[in-house]
Amino acid sequence: MESFLHELWIARYVLLSGLKITVFVSAVSILAGSLIGLVTGVALAYGPRPIAWLMRGYVDVVRGTPVLVLILASFYVLAIAGIHFTAIQSGIFALSIFCGAHMGEIVRGALQAIPKTQTEAARSIGLTFSKILAYVLLPQALRQILPVWINTGAELVKASTLLSVIGVGELLLSTQEIVGRNFQTLQFYTLAGVMYYCVNFAIESFGRQAERRLRG
Amino acid sequence: MDYYFRFGVVWANFDKLLQGLALGLALALVAIAAGTIIGIVCAFAAAGGNRATRVGVNAYVSIIRNTPILVIVLLVFFALPQLGVRLDKYQSFIASLAVYAGAYLTEVFRAGLSGVPRGVIDAGRAIGMTGVQVSTYVVFPIMLRNSLPAMGTTFISLFKDTSIATAIAVPELTFQARKINVETFRVVEVWLVASGLYVATCLVIAAGLRQVERRYSRL
Repeated sequence: MESFLHELWIARYVLLSGLKITVFVSAVSILAGSLIGLVTGVALAYGPRPIAWLMRGYVDVVRGTPVLVLILASFYVLAIAGIHFTAIQSGIFALSIFCGAHMGEIVRGALQAIPKTQTEAARSIGLTFSKILAYVLLPQALRQILPVWINTGAELVKASTLLSVIGVGELLLSTQEIVGRNFQTLQFYTLAGVMYYCVNFAIESFGRQAERRLRG
Repeated sequence: MDYYFRFGVVWANFDKLLQGLALGLALALVAIAAGTIIGIVCAFAAAGGNRATRVGVNAYVSIIRNTPILVIVLLVFFALPQLGVRLDKYQSFIASLAVYAGAYLTEVFRAGLSGVPRGVIDAGRAIGMTGVQVSTYVVFPIMLRNSLPAMGTTFISLFKDTSIATAIAVPELTFQARKINVETFRVVEVWLVASGLYVATCLVIAAGLRQVERRYSRL
């Protein structure tokens, strides 16, 4: 135990910077992914045929592909397409695309679950489509998706571990580096697990708080 | 952008990709089977049991669901030997995925269980069934049918999680794809085909599960 604390003290900065990168990557991808998802969901539910089909293709392909494959593919393929991203950028790109597809499906589901009468009522008092969307449909849909959205956020934090494969120095890669030096595998992998648990627990509590505020 | 697609090398190595896919499916199948058993046991334990088992099940579900699967896989493969538990890479991956699957499926079955109407349980007791009989012949089938849609989603996501086995050098589809990349540098083609295989497999699984759902929701 004493040697673990000693090693932990030596590794403190590496671990903290790993945690920082994990939080940063997850936060950016969740935000970008939610925006993509919002647009995708609206397009899926109300878009004209060709756009809806295009979005359906995007959502189905991304949802049918493992995140790890998305990350590896965007790391290697984007470079060939002439886009030179760093590892962390292509990681964020892959995670946002992944999050966007999942959120798109969620937003579509929530939008289509709203009773038709809402739209009809809004149209009968003369609102335009964009106003119906902004003032009638989206507020109801967003309240619906909040729990699932929080869940997706926690999933994304977990998926960010996969960026270690393309060499982004997030929490798991930092842990692997530390383990590579001191061979305390059990201790440090457990520590990594505990840290991820704490991050996700924080997200979950935040979600519960927000939910209570919205419902209450 | 001067890039010429050459799928030749991918087709030349296509059998490796298919072998990888088959291995991934096999791993997923075993892990899902084990996870389903874990899930059913935990869901029933949490529903019927005393406080201690409920707290235990809750802790298991919450810890596993909030820990990345990659961390679990690495922990089982690299850290358990420190405690004297030595598993080879296949065993350790199956064990990790089963434990992971179990946590998610516990939630699924718990939701299914809470959807069983109180009345059918009372009816079962009224015609003289014992508690165990009510559980096996009344509650269990209804729970299973309630859980089918969520089970399908979980199965598909677990199949996709087999890609993570590449981190401990299990030669499944992602591992094979990376290997072909290293040998041939046809990155775009290989990833296109590999993702295509994943998507196609997921679609097939989804279609199969939908069939099962239709078959059993008709009763």
